Amino acid sequence: MVSLDLLINAIVAGILLGGFYAAVTVGITISFGMLDIANIAQPAFILLGSYAAYIITYYVPVDPLVVGFLMLPVFYVIGMAVYRLYYYSFELRGEQSIQGLAFFFGLLFVAEVSLVLVFGVDYRFVEAPYIGPSLHLGIIDLPLRMLIPCLVSLVMIAVLQLYLSRSFIGRAILAVSQDGLALQLMAASPTRIKQIAFGISVATCSLAGTFLIIIQPVEPSIGRDYIGRIFAICVLGGMTSFPGMVAAALLIGIVESITATFYGPSWAPAVAFGFLLITLAVRPAGLAGR
Amino acid sequence: MRTGTFLIAAALVGLAIVVLTRIFFTNEYFFFAAYVVLQYIVLSTAWNILGGYTGYINFGTGAFFAIGAYSSAVLHKLPALLKTFDILIPAVPLPVMIVVGGIVSGIVGLGTGYLTLRLRGVFFAIATLALSVVVQTLIVNWDYVGGSRGIYIIRPAQAPLGGGYIQYLYTLMMALSVISVCIARWIERSRLGLGFAAIRDDELAAEAGGVPTLRLKLIATTLSGALMGMAGAPLPYYVTYLDPGSSFNLAYAVNSVAMPVIGGMTSWVGPIIGAVILGTIQQLATVTISSALNLLIVGVLLILFVIIAPNGIMGLISARQRRRAAIIEAAVQQRQAAA
Repeated sequence: MVSLDLLINAIVAGILLGGFYAAVTVGITISFGMLDIANIAQPAFILLGSYAAYIITYYVPVDPLVVGFLMLPVFYVIGMAVYRLYYYSFELRGEQSIQGLAFFFGLLFVAEVSLVLVFGVDYRFVEAPYIGPSLHLGIIDLPLRMLIPCLVSLVMIAVLQLYLSRSFIGRAILAVSQDGLALQLMAASPTRIKQIAFGISVATCSLAGTFLIIIQPVEPSIGRDYIGRIFAICVLGGMTSFPGMVAAALLIGIVESITATFYGPSWAPAVAFGFLLITLAVRPAGLAGR
Repeated sequence: MRTGTFLIAAALVGLAIVVLTRIFFTNEYFFFAAYVVLQYIVLSTAWNILGGYTGYINFGTGAFFAIGAYSSAVLHKLPALLKTFDILIPAVPLPVMIVVGGIVSGIVGLGTGYLTLRLRGVFFAIATLALSVVVQTLIVNWDYVGGSRGIYIIRPAQAPLGGGYIQYLYTLMMALSVISVCIARWIERSRLGLGFAAIRDDELAAEAGGVPTLRLKLIATTLSGALMGMAGAPLPYYVTYLDPGSSFNLAYAVNSVAMPVIGGMTSWVGPIIGAVILGTIQQLATVTISSALNLLIVGVLLILFVIIAPNGIMGLISARQRRRAAIIEAAVQQRQAAA
């Protein structure tokens, strides 16, 4: 007999986890879904965000979330620089598919090995007042270290959604994802718009990385576990739609949380991949696909 | 050269290298290092059958490799397991393990291909990347092969073919290298290779032109996966301690992508060049500098090559030849004009 308390708590924990997964995936929804750039190095940028939060809070007594916000422009610039390199090396030559993938794969690996060389393979963590205590609502436990990233993440996604649908540049980003040539005919440079969009997609890693290190201690190789998850959520959510992506993130979070509660945490990584394979095989357009 | 002739020539070259090195090198370390380089020749050639010929990138080399290694571990423990049911079988010989490892990995390759190859190539690449996480999860949760603790494998006391056990492993890996290179070269020159190249250049046009693209891609994933599994099968006896962390190491995936990219993906020579150069550099760097740094070298070289020389060393060589031919041509024309 499955205990009801356990089930409800697993679902609640899954929803909180899903909110965090949405923050991790939003960058890929922009770069892979909208710009068609399969940035498999995204987890490396997220880890970079975690380590930035770690190293800064280690020397300066500030809240890790503040660091996450302050580092946004830095990550934005890094993202723009990476896109420039990608554009001149691959998009301009029309070789983006194979060589581009190998490029990002190399980037992922170099970032991981560099982190190992600098920080070693020990687990690193940050300190904050909300890491540890929980809210208790009846039988439901809400650990603050999960609740706060989840809420901030949902706010961030809402802001991005507003930006994309209301601002000029945001609409141009949506336009470039639909038809780059048409955008060019409207006298806007697709390359510049893509550069801004890619910058934003990497900037989200600053916050997502901070969430990651708030939720759990971090070591350089855990980024890899997120690749399957991120792309599963992105594909399941229909590639370009934010609401679809959030729904998919919540779904995967809940299923993973239930798997971890009832079958043991060592099985959880396989869940996202199973979803990815089934989605790819059965419904490649995703939940909210057109 | 015809395929049969090439096979004999390659086998003779391999045999000559094995015999000569076994006569002249008495230091066991040489065989430990050479085994790794040969293993990378098999892995990068196998990767190139799918990645170079059909243009589908596989980031899951580690998974296929580890499946081969773990199927050997299972076969290694099989006689002891059957003994509890009063069935007595002799210890499974290593060549049989290699064949079984190849079959199991080939089936996994077929399955992965079947689920993902109907879609764009990028999805295949991402699925293979996630595949290694899932296979690793399965192995970590499988107690019979040691789970996350790993498993100790005791080598047989005596090695066939004379010499120590490491020399035996080295000889087997040389044979696997010869076989995989011959398969790659045969594909390149057969109708199969033409079909693969058509898929790489324009899959839609190939499909419209009557190339059975899905079937060809499945052949490529199966073959490539099987060769990777075969390369992994002797691993338990090489390391004598098998654990998920080291057998699923991302280094296998990075190396098997980097080596063909650096050597050149369009012909069977490229992966060999890449594997020999990168493999040797890494072996030297591991001994002299550090093992983390040598992985950094591989990653940086991979990025540099895809940006600066996307066709690898082979591409640089043929570009040079073309330039030289053009210069000679120009000189000849100039002389004719002067006369």
